[in-house]
Amino acid sequence: MGVIYILMAASAVVAITFLVLFIRSVKEGQFDDTWSPSRRMLIDDDPVEKKSNQKEGK
Amino acid sequence: MLNAGTVVLADGATAPAITSCIHCGLDCPPNPPRIGELNFCCNGCRTVYQILTDNGLQRFYTIDESPGVRPPDEPSATYAALDQAEVRQRVVDFSNGSITRVTFRIPAMHCAACVWLLENLYRLIPGVGRSEANFPRKEVSIFMENDTVSLSDLATRLASLGYPPELKLDRLSGMTDTTGHRRLLLQLGVAGFAFGNVMLLSFPSYLGLDPVRDAGLMHFFGIVSLLLSIPVLFFSAQDFFRGAWIGLRQRYLTIDFPLALGIGALFVQSVVDILRQAGEGYLDSFTGLVFLLLCGRWFQRRTYDALSFDRDYRSYFPLSVTRRQNGLDETAALTELKPGDRIVVRHGEIIPADGIIISGEGQLDYSFVTGESAPVAVQSGEYVYAGGRQTGGVIEVDLVKDVSQSYLTSLWNNEAFRKPREQELQNLTNKAGRWFTAAVVVIAAVTATYWFFADPSMIARTFSAVLIVACPCALALAAPFTFSAAQRHLGKVGLFLRSPTVLEAMGKADEVIFDKTGTLTNGPTGTAEFEGPPLSEQESSWILALTKHSSHPTSRAIAVAATHPSKSAFPETCITKFEEVAGAGIRGEFEGHEIKIGSSHWCGVSAPEGHGTWVLIDGKVRGRFLVGQNERPGLEKLIATIQRRGWITTLLSGDRPAAATRFREVFGEKSVLRFEQSPHDKLNYVRTRQSANHRVVMIGDGLNDAGALRQSDSGIAVSDNVTLFSPACDAILAGHAFSRIPEFLHYARASLVVLKIAFCLSLLYNVTGIAFAASGKLSPLVSAILMPLSSFTVISFSLLGAAFAAKRTGVNKSWA
Repeated sequence: MGVIYILMAASAVVAITFLVLFIRSVKEGQFDDTWSPSRRMLIDDDPVEKKSNQKEGK
Repeated sequence: MLNAGTVVLADGATAPAITSCIHCGLDCPPNPPRIGELNFCCNGCRTVYQILTDNGLQRFYTIDESPGVRPPDEPSATYAALDQAEVRQRVVDFSNGSITRVTFRIPAMHCAACVWLLENLYRLIPGVGRSEANFPRKEVSIFMENDTVSLSDLATRLASLGYPPELKLDRLSGMTDTTGHRRLLLQLGVAGFAFGNVMLLSFPSYLGLDPVRDAGLMHFFGIVSLLLSIPVLFFSAQDFFRGAWIGLRQRYLTIDFPLALGIGALFVQSVVDILRQAGEGYLDSFTGLVFLLLCGRWFQRRTYDALSFDRDYRSYFPLSVTRRQNGLDETAALTELKPGDRIVVRHGEIIPADGIIISGEGQLDYSFVTGESAPVAVQSGEYVYAGGRQTGGVIEVDLVKDVSQSYLTSLWNNEAFRKPREQELQNLTNKAGRWFTAAVVVIAAVTATYWFFADPSMIARTFSAVLIVACPCALALAAPFTFSAAQRHLGKVGLFLRSPTVLEAMGKADEVIFDKTGTLTNGPTGTAEFEGPPLSEQESSWILALTKHSSHPTSRAIAVAATHPSKSAFPETCITKFEEVAGAGIRGEFEGHEIKIGSSHWCGVSAPEGHGTWVLIDGKVRGRFLVGQNERPGLEKLIATIQRRGWITTLLSGDRPAAATRFREVFGEKSVLRFEQSPHDKLNYVRTRQSANHRVVMIGDGLNDAGALRQSDSGIAVSDNVTLFSPACDAILAGHAFSRIPEFLHYARASLVVLKIAFCLSLLYNVTGIAFAASGKLSPLVSAILMPLSSFTVISFSLLGAAFAAKRTGVNKSWA
């Protein structure tokens, strides 16, 4: 049954890694706004941008 | 450049309807401003469209249909104060000399296109770097170069695009709110993490781990569970202990007390069991319980970040005013103003403190203060009140009082605003919790006494078992889940509650008090009706052209009435000798005909019933316009329904009793109708009713109702634009949902019934558990099954009950 101690140590490492990742993402504010990012990714970058850059010489 | 922009848009996603503005979607007036084929509702929208297309931001119009916001006709506020060092410091997030980050609240942000535009500001405003929008909070953080653009420029540019920033100096940073949100999330995460793992570690002992042969393994599992539970006790559960402690210190038993007792007993008993190797402990129940309780808090916490429920007069008043000292004009922050200062108030600005007009002629719109929307003419030397909006030319005012001591603002010195709301403490859950605590302590004592005689070794065990099983976890979850679900159902149809607990106060209310202007009547201007021989087409087009030149509410109402539905063209340019006499009327000439529209006195009409706005053509009386109050549709039915269901209805109006007969008709004989009520009168009336043991729902809209809204058991602010204008209140009602008030009140009552049933359900479980505990048979397995089971039953009942009640009362037709 000794193997169970090794398994538990391994699972504890995995579990705690996830907990730490969760804590970090909360502190970075990933859960502060759950609306805008989901919409933001649906809007393509503007294809017109290149043209207007040339025109205005930016 | 302009044409190129237009062409790009023309093949965009949606073909614009002829009559609605391509920018903001509002209806276009006859003969609308145009760019090419595109119609706009006003020049403001056209300008914004031009700016956007000129800068290659046409994509804005393809993200959403008519995504824009109609920019204000006139710049409503000056942002010059933002450049003052003191103000600037309070607004800016950080600044390192060359780069500044600032976060503005933009109430007008409403769709994905707005987010996109606000994040592409750098292409529009030179000197702006990255900007990021937070939609739920309606905020945008902007990085800017200090050398290229000033803070006031930035704010002005945003305003001109239709996104005026809302500035609040008293509590600008929303940071505390965010940290609270994050902290709860962390507590929830830690508790969930421990719950899952402890449960896994507990399974072996339930599923037949041999306590003798595997003693070492069991002990090891116990120790690991204990290690996992320690952060739960000290971090996740700390709010319950703190709540209980605060309650105790104030000699007030809240629901937190029995909760803390149960949680503490669970933990202590488990530690003892595990360390003495006497069993596997109750740590799975412990972590699960904390996790579920935090879920309840999380559920309850979900509020409407975008709405502001605590605006006071400062949100309506300007940040700064122009002060004239020794002939020099300077910008002064509102807080710096002292009695004796002379200030300059321009068209559209609000007078910040009571004072006396020194020069100029005031046309003051006191709708903030009294609810009366018709401007009042004030001559120099006369007294003016804070909160009045100047609508004519420039006036100079000598301040007589401090900003906070003025007529309207002194309302906020009232004790109603100072004492914290007791609602939280007196709610049903805490009341139940008090009975509960008493019962639990008695039962625990009786149990201990019994075992003292029967078997003294069982005393400690049964005593703590009673405390454990009597933990009112399910009871504590009933209210958050019932009310939060109800809050969500109401939010979907236009009533936004500040917090779920508001519902309880609403459900207990027996009297509904209405404000008139803006609440029962819609908007400052009603419809105008012409009285007299019918106007010819030419005559109405003259009147329309003339009134279009004036921004007076009456003129606007007449302009709407004079618009010919079939004819769209009117002689726009041929007015000569246009003149507006403040407080009297307007005059103009068309093709040699003189048109005069104004008060009876000014027009020289001596009719017995002189009121109304008279029209004179070439010196001859043509008739008059009567501008009526625009009642919200279905008013009679609404009041009748509320009365039939047993609520007392009352009307408190700041207006003159001109419409008294009409409202007597609507409210019936029994209701109290009071007119010419000052903001203080309204507050006092609510207080009188409360001391007569009535629970009051106040429904109002303006700053003049703020005191009554605050004093009432639940104050509902009606607003046609929920993110923009609403005074401090418990709930915001969208104007379009006004006719559903009876349903909402009914629903509040129904959800109280649901809550009470949920209470009974949870008590049933507690009683069953106590039977186990008192007889000394509460094994960890029984506890581990009973506690989550009771919580889940109560949660599902609460959610389903709230949905069922919503369906029954007609609040929400679907079950979602």
